[in-house]
Amino acid sequence: MQNFLDFEKPLLDIRSKIEELRHLKDTSENIANELSNLQDKYDKVLGDLYENLTPIQKVKVCRHQDRPKFSQIIDQIFDKFEIISGDRLFSEDRSIKGGFGRLDNKNYLIIGNDKGNDIDTRVKNNFGMAKPEGYRKAQRLYNLANKFNLPVVTFVDTPGAHPGVDAEDRGQSEAIASSIRCSINVRSPIFSFIIGEGGSGGAVALATGNKVTMLEHAIYSVISPEGCASILWRSANESEKAADSLKLTAQDLLDLGIIDEIIKEPIGGAHRNLESTCSAIKERLLSYTQEFEGKSSESIISQREQKYLSIGKEFLIS
Amino acid sequence: MNWITNFVKPKLQSFVGKKEVPDNLWETCPKCSQMILKRELKVALYVCKHCDHHFRINAKDRLESFFGNNFMIIETPKIKSDPLKFKDSKKYVDRLKKAKKNTELEDSVLVASGTLNKTKVTVAIFDFNFMGGSMGMAAGEAIVTACNYAKKNKLPLIIFSSSGGARMQEGILSLMQMPRTVIAVNSYCKTNQPFLSILTDPTTGGVSASFAMLGDLILAEKNATIGFAGSRVIEETIKEKLPQNFQKSEYLLEKGMVDFVIHRKDLKKKIISILEFLNP
Ligand SMILES: [Zn+2]
Repeated sequence: MQNFLDFEKPLLDIRSKIEELRHLKDTSENIANELSNLQDKYDKVLGDLYENLTPIQKVKVCRHQDRPKFSQIIDQIFDKFEIISGDRLFSEDRSIKGGFGRLDNKNYLIIGNDKGNDIDTRVKNNFGMAKPEGYRKAQRLYNLANKFNLPVVTFVDTPGAHPGVDAEDRGQSEAIASSIRCSINVRSPIFSFIIGEGGSGGAVALATGNKVTMLEHAIYSVISPEGCASILWRSANESEKAADSLKLTAQDLLDLGIIDEIIKEPIGGAHRNLESTCSAIKERLLSYTQEFEGKSSESIISQREQKYLSIGKEFLIS
Repeated sequence: MNWITNFVKPKLQSFVGKKEVPDNLWETCPKCSQMILKRELKVALYVCKHCDHHFRINAKDRLESFFGNNFMIIETPKIKSDPLKFKDSKKYVDRLKKAKKNTELEDSVLVASGTLNKTKVTVAIFDFNFMGGSMGMAAGEAIVTACNYAKKNKLPLIIFSSSGGARMQEGILSLMQMPRTVIAVNSYCKTNQPFLSILTDPTTGGVSASFAMLGDLILAEKNATIGFAGSRVIEETIKEKLPQNFQKSEYLLEKGMVDFVIHRKDLKKKIISILEFLNP
């Protein structure tokens, strides 16, 4: 049984009716017609809902427990994956995964947030919230990519960096800052895909691509709408307003010149069709790879730097 | 959190009588509750003479404390429009207007060059009074400008941070100041000129997690709050009491995250001394 979100209640109602009719095991034409009508209605409501998602609804979709997660996406996209573990300094942080990936006989270095697919892995992966050791593993991986000139693919899906005493004690700020710096110096191209939640500085550490691409219903934000609401509206109940104000949808970010492209999701969101979601990501990745093939390290680094340095220039006046 | 209070202790007020002590002449130390004359406080670089509490110091006073009148302000771009049309209880444009009026600054970062004991340096100074020192596009661009100026003129770079982090009202555009400032600092550092990052109260969020933690040396003013996540958020997450002195300069020194903890009155001397090693 699928997990429905609160705003999908109309869908759940239709689905219940369908289940009821099926339960009758009645093969008469009337019932068959009714079933077919209900299915049409279901498809239409689903399409309409997802065509017009509000920002707060997108926040819910991108956090959906069934939304494709790192390991599923890697399985679908890459022909081969060799995992790399540890930061060599403190411990293994499972909320950030990485390794070598092969696709169409091309090698990549992959880094991504992994929220986990079930309750067990979600807890193990700290719900995708990395501690300094996660970011330090990412630095190791960026450095490997730089040394062996491997294109980097990052998958961003995190509520944010872990807020905790242990994380602060081991230098959460320094770890994030150094990860960003490390990525900036990578001589091979970085392709960043924001697949779910792009939460604040913890997301930026993995999102400094030469190309930054978002899934249609993913979000990318300076602060969670709940956090923003509790600070600026002094009430977490105002998160809908905060979500509207923050301009955190892929469509807003494309307009603001933050991201390069949006990947359309299947009808009803990525969680309703893993295969087609991944094949769309794969198609973009192959196209980016081709685009950057043969480019010099200098031009790759400089393109990345200029891309970020030029963000927001149109809103400033000298 | 508004630390400027014109509150005069009732005890003293009744003792000296209301008319003789205009409220706005006095500042109450939030730590030891002693009262200090404002002009004395300014002379003492906004440090309480009774308990050494470091008040937040505004950018202009900081600048003067380092260079006297001997500095040159470097113009930095300002916000032309409010791209998000952000509005919470107030419009962002109105908040900006008010902050500009109150601080007589264009935004939260002031960039200047001046001479410290014969060494010309570039400084960027955050002013907490300007919307909590938050880093939006103008502040980020000020850091980029400071880096470029220091790079071009081969000068040491000193950045004094005092910021709650990214400016929410500029949404993702303020988050983008993290990679932007890191790129600028990274590019400057390739010239092998020194970058000293001075962390003052508070340095948190997107500021601490970008350029501020990338100094060749990192100095922290006494008792400053420095960290990534806010202590309230952490407390809510772990549902435990936080360690004593958590996220304070002295605590970070213990954890190996900063090079020195320093009293504000000694800061200039210390910077000069360090630069003599790095910039002979
Ligand atoms: Zn005091």
